[in-house]
Amino acid sequence: LGFIPPEAASQLLGSFDAIINCHNSDNSEDIRCKCICPPYREIEGHIYKQNVSLKDCNCLHVVEPMPVDGKDVEAYCLRCECKYEERSSGTIKFTIIMYLSILGLLLLYMIYLTLLEPMLKRRLFGHSQLIQSDDDVVGDQQPFANAHNVLSRSHSRPNMLNKVEDAQQRWRRQVQEQRKSVFDRHVVLS
Amino acid sequence: MPLPGVGTYEDFNTIDWVREKTRDRDRHREITKKSRQSTIALLRSVSDAFSGWLLMLLVGLMAGALAGGIDIAAHWLTDMKEGVCLVGFWFNHEHCCWTSNETTFQERDKCPQWQTWAQLIAGQSEGAFAYIVNYLMYLFWALLFSFLAVSLVRAFAPYACGSGIPEIKTILSGFIIRGYLGKWTLITKTITLVLAVSSGLSLGKEEVLSAAAAVGVSVAFGAPIGGVLFSLEEVSYYFPLKTLWRSFFAALVAAFTLRSINPFGNSRLVLFYVEFHAPWHLIELAPFILLGIFGGLWGALFIRANIAWCRRRKTTRLGHYPVMEVLVVTAITALLAYPNSYTRMSGAELISELFNDCSLLDSSQLCGYQQPNVNASDTAVGNTLADRPAGEGLYTALWQLALALVFKMLITVVTFGMKVPSGLFIPSMAVGAIAGRLLGVGMEQLGWCSPGADCITPGLYAMVGAAACLGKARFTVWRDPHDGVSVVIMFELTGGLEYIVYLFIISVHSRPSLCLSPAHIRLNGYPFLEPKEEFEHSSLAVDVMRPRRSDPPLAVLTQNGMTVGEVETLVESTNFSGFPVVVSPESQRLVGFLFRRDLLISIDNARKCQEGVVSASQVIFTEHTPSQPPEAPPPLRLRGIMDLSPFTVTDHTPMDITVDIFRKLGLRQCLVTRNGRLLGIITKKDILKHMAQIANRDPDSILFN
Repeated sequence: LGFIPPEAASQLLGSFDAIINCHNSDNSEDIRCKCICPPYREIEGHIYKQNVSLKDCNCLHVVEPMPVDGKDVEAYCLRCECKYEERSSGTIKFTIIMYLSILGLLLLYMIYLTLLEPMLKRRLFGHSQLIQSDDDVVGDQQPFANAHNVLSRSHSRPNMLNKVEDAQQRWRRQVQEQRKSVFDRHVVLS
Repeated sequence: MPLPGVGTYEDFNTIDWVREKTRDRDRHREITKKSRQSTIALLRSVSDAFSGWLLMLLVGLMAGALAGGIDIAAHWLTDMKEGVCLVGFWFNHEHCCWTSNETTFQERDKCPQWQTWAQLIAGQSEGAFAYIVNYLMYLFWALLFSFLAVSLVRAFAPYACGSGIPEIKTILSGFIIRGYLGKWTLITKTITLVLAVSSGLSLGKEEVLSAAAAVGVSVAFGAPIGGVLFSLEEVSYYFPLKTLWRSFFAALVAAFTLRSINPFGNSRLVLFYVEFHAPWHLIELAPFILLGIFGGLWGALFIRANIAWCRRRKTTRLGHYPVMEVLVVTAITALLAYPNSYTRMSGAELISELFNDCSLLDSSQLCGYQQPNVNASDTAVGNTLADRPAGEGLYTALWQLALALVFKMLITVVTFGMKVPSGLFIPSMAVGAIAGRLLGVGMEQLGWCSPGADCITPGLYAMVGAAACLGKARFTVWRDPHDGVSVVIMFELTGGLEYIVYLFIISVHSRPSLCLSPAHIRLNGYPFLEPKEEFEHSSLAVDVMRPRRSDPPLAVLTQNGMTVGEVETLVESTNFSGFPVVVSPESQRLVGFLFRRDLLISIDNARKCQEGVVSASQVIFTEHTPSQPPEAPPPLRLRGIMDLSPFTVTDHTPMDITVDIFRKLGLRQCLVTRNGRLLGIITKKDILKHMAQIANRDPDSILFN
């Protein structure tokens, strides 16, 4: 297949990218031309930014106001480096909000599993029926699993809910096994 | 019609590759034969052929998307430790100041839209009080992130911790670990990886795990070819050409998807993509070789130290408090990392800054050279920076970097192996890059260049150092003289063939005597037969087989004459995973081989469904049932589940050939015969134990079959 030099590859991908991301160009804030000009004589270094398109991204269009005049402009501009940059703020916003929601959901579910469910079950069953194991409050769901089966049979819930409960119990037991092997015994396999 | 369950495997057992290959070939033959009969069947056969490619496409898309998401989230969360963006909380530091016009040449990071915590809470941005507030907030966020990471891992998917590469190697060799590649592991790993990396711990954003490990490396480094080579060299046990092309396709798709998401805002794939085109001097080979040796030493030292630490974690009380351990290590890391600006920034940012060659346009500390003569700069164009003496900024940067190097080396030993998802690529590269840059600046200041010529570029030294260390703290088999993967990754990162020579040189000179992944595989006792280790001892098959001289004789089934009850007793009284079937106990002539799981499932099913099968029923393995007395219960015919072509070797077969057979065919067990009679059995576990004994390791550490 041969090696594809990254410049050619990125240009190729860039053309595809332009097709895909064309909707982003409405947001004019997401493109910019950034020109970095180093110190020249007594003028300090400066960074210039403007929302211009690719064809206007050069020193003459972006550097305003021009700190030197006339014949020095060319020498000044030769030292400046202008780069065209594009980003998608919509993608960033979407990703971060999506990430935070998933994280939030996982945290809520974790809190539910570790704190709320035992409390609810304890209230439903009272202390007498269940053996309180002081071993691992987080992991040991076996007494509650049995209790849960008892509850489900006595109240004869519809099948769908039963299946979900069964699946959840099975998953919890699996995680417990994993936890025992990874955290307690420091091996992956039990 | 095969029963459901027959042909499947128990958890923590090894796949029998020969059986699976035969089955796949049969299935394919069926489809091809049927495809000539009707168009629907033809379409089905076409779709079967394309299903592989479609799967690769989907894998590539998903991995690319996930990697892009992880990148964006990790950058944002890392910057959250230092401040918040007022125009939109979802922007990280760089994007917050993207449109602002208040950035100056010297202070490119400051803009009014980005407020540090000190500015928000205390209203000041300079001074001792502001520093303390920032420090405390940094510590707080780091602890919060790592606590969340380890809690989520513990609650949802304990398999998500670590890098997973030893486990993936083992899974790809045929070992079954149920749940390891499941959806909870994926979700948990994705979310907690971001948290773990952002908390400032010295670990890397290891590639998203998928069976096509190629895809992962491709999106981590923007190097599809390197990814494929990684897969070929490190991870895959059985890698035909078909897999090569498909992996490359998946890697390309992933790279393209990542590029479309554009996480870094300027159409690069990776944070530290650089372009070097300066020619190199012959004299520079000496320091490069030095860097290579440094890489090798670092790799060997790191591996030994890390394995010792992991062993201590396994055996002492340290291992009883994983959550506490994570918090303590995070606290220490944050406390020591904040004061030094090079350890405060994330690993990838550090590498990117070290790779950067200084031009007139840079104002960072690392580029703090004394400015050349003002008048001369009128005619100077571009970046002629030959022979500049170091200025104040550079000296400060140098000793800060030296401290950072020591800190990173020590803290990574302790961090890798904790109960959060972690990777090793980025920290190793960081160590190498720091060492390289220090050496590069040193060489530059020694003044070995001719004036006026483009001389030593310290950024290149950093890159070479990173490549040296990337290779060696990693997973290469030690006999392999060329670290192909690092070379290709570096080549793809820099985009030039000029530096291939460098990289080969350093890869030859840095060869630690251990490698990390096989060491971890051994530490965990997985039954992984290294495909490249050579077996040098001159023993015969009879020395390794079971039963040994003092053991009870081999447990066999006869082809007829045993009852269901006798078979069940035999199976339950032993825990072998398979039983050979012989013609009779006296002749011991081999008929076939039977798996325990299949046997139990068939007998169970027969008892429930088949008429009249009781404990006194005969079990028949021959083709024709021998005549039964009329009052006998109906026999149970089990020839269908027996493997009629088990592999055998004679007792005088040398072990090298036997091991070769095991490796090349992916066998799980092999029968040993003498003069045509069955003598014993060799399993993969026996071979591994034998190899462990020869290497003076503890043979009992091999746990599984």
